[in-house]
Amino acid sequence: MGMTMTQKILAAHAGLDSVEAGQLIMAKLDVVMANDITGPMALPIFRQMAGKVFDKDKVVLVPDHFTPNKDIKSAENSKAIREFAREQELSWYFEQGKSGVEHAILPEAGVVTAGECIIGADSHTCTYGALGAFSTGVGTTDVSTGMATGELWFKVPGAIKFVLKGKPGDYVSGKDIIIHIIGKIGVDGALYKSMEFTGDGIENLSIDDRFTIANMAIEAGAKNGIFPVDGKTEEYLKEHCKKEYKVYTADEDAVYDQIVEIDLGEVRPTVAFPHLPGNAKTIDEIEAMEPIKIDQVVIGSCTNGRMSDLRKAAAILKGHTVHPDVRVMVVPATQKIYKQCIAEGLLDIFVDAGCAVNTPSCGPCMGGHMGVMAAGEKCVSTTNRNFVGRMGHVESLIYLASPETAAASAIAGYIANPEKIGGDRV
Amino acid sequence: MKALGHVFKYGDNVDTDVIIPARYLNSFDAEELASHAMVDIDPEFAGKVQPGDMIVANKNFGCGSSREHAPLCLKTAGVSCVIAETFARIFYRNAINIGLPIIECPEAARGIEAGDEVEIDFDNGRIYNRTKGTEFQGQAFPEFMQELIVAGGLVNYTNRNK
Repeated sequence: MGMTMTQKILAAHAGLDSVEAGQLIMAKLDVVMANDITGPMALPIFRQMAGKVFDKDKVVLVPDHFTPNKDIKSAENSKAIREFAREQELSWYFEQGKSGVEHAILPEAGVVTAGECIIGADSHTCTYGALGAFSTGVGTTDVSTGMATGELWFKVPGAIKFVLKGKPGDYVSGKDIIIHIIGKIGVDGALYKSMEFTGDGIENLSIDDRFTIANMAIEAGAKNGIFPVDGKTEEYLKEHCKKEYKVYTADEDAVYDQIVEIDLGEVRPTVAFPHLPGNAKTIDEIEAMEPIKIDQVVIGSCTNGRMSDLRKAAAILKGHTVHPDVRVMVVPATQKIYKQCIAEGLLDIFVDAGCAVNTPSCGPCMGGHMGVMAAGEKCVSTTNRNFVGRMGHVESLIYLASPETAAASAIAGYIANPEKIGGDRV
Repeated sequence: MKALGHVFKYGDNVDTDVIIPARYLNSFDAEELASHAMVDIDPEFAGKVQPGDMIVANKNFGCGSSREHAPLCLKTAGVSCVIAETFARIFYRNAINIGLPIIECPEAARGIEAGDEVEIDFDNGRIYNRTKGTEFQGQAFPEFMQELIVAGGLVNYTNRNK
């Protein structure tokens, strides 16, 4: 019986010729990652199991959630993983000022690559599937075990195949596509499964678009999301990563639980309404409603804080000013992206428009700091979750959107159609 | 192994952000986390929950973040079991790893209401609703999983069996 791309990677890491959905396997891990929320909690568990990490080049720590530290407790947590990284002589510890949001910095710094088996104690670890890796989020006990042993058990997932066709229109990007997909299949539509993206439409998606799409696979309940490796992937890896990589392709006769076809040309700018990422509404449906006035806009995160995201937002904001009733936070996802924004004049555009530009951090996305909302406030955010209370008060509302829609809304003061505000296309 | 308690009932897609909001994640002290359990969906939960009480919910319980703080805060608050139609996968793994019993049973999820008194026999997977006099068949817990839960989670279980 044929295997999916995910199944092939898992089989190879379990030392097996083949695996099938539902099979329990023990797989070798290429990267084990934790952050400043899950890492400190993992350390006492790790110490019960081992003195040394299984491989100092494969255990990665990224303080990014409450950093720069927002209070004493979070400072103590960051200190704990910093000291652990030094003690264990970890090759990959990303300190503030040289760091960024974990799922942006790991690919950028070349820590992750195609064909690998990766776990991270953060649910959005599925992001690296964009590069053709098997990558999934786990909890603290699992990540502690991974740090100690370099192995973890998995149940081999079944799969949904998404056949992407055609080319997305102007002002439609990865975020619109993934919200459209989650709207179609539901927030548990891919529960326990892998989302395998295929089809000739993929060649029309940038690597940043693919990161955005794979990042939100978890919002459909998936174990992982994965893209095939093509010319664009290899170009990206050549630029960022020194590690050798392996290309896996799905068998012709691989078994899928479901096949979903998506015509990218028909996807509209799409927004997820409170309180689920699957509450998808197209910009046309939104324009037929009473305008939804907003108080805050966040452009950043592991979903949409990359260079092409910020270029798209800047193209729309250029020459405009933010609506007087709206506060905007732009959060470049890494220091390198931040610097590139300076080099390209994007920071001037953001600041001149009236945006606050934050240092790289997860901060506002999970109501951590730097952008927490009060009761009754509404936010258009390029982040990935719009659950109750996610960005602050339980009575605040989050609308998930693309950088283009977020930028257009910042100018308009309500959820707005980026096609109508315009701006240079990037 | 058995459990007996009253039920707190919730709907679909109870996410880990409402089970334990990120604003409390600057700590991983289990007691402190438990004092904030479910605060954004049910502010009275932490004050009302008694040892042995259960949570019954519909689809996709525990979706969202990978924070193990979520099952940990429920277990520490006294929750003896979570019954749901389905669980999100990371929560499922985390719950077992820290020794919080969970049962997927759509019939029980639909047939149990808030405040019902429920008895669970983990040996045979029987869920008995004492208030309504109805019974449901969930999956029995294999012996190793019961031992894991008695040990207090995977780490203690592994250390004990070294």
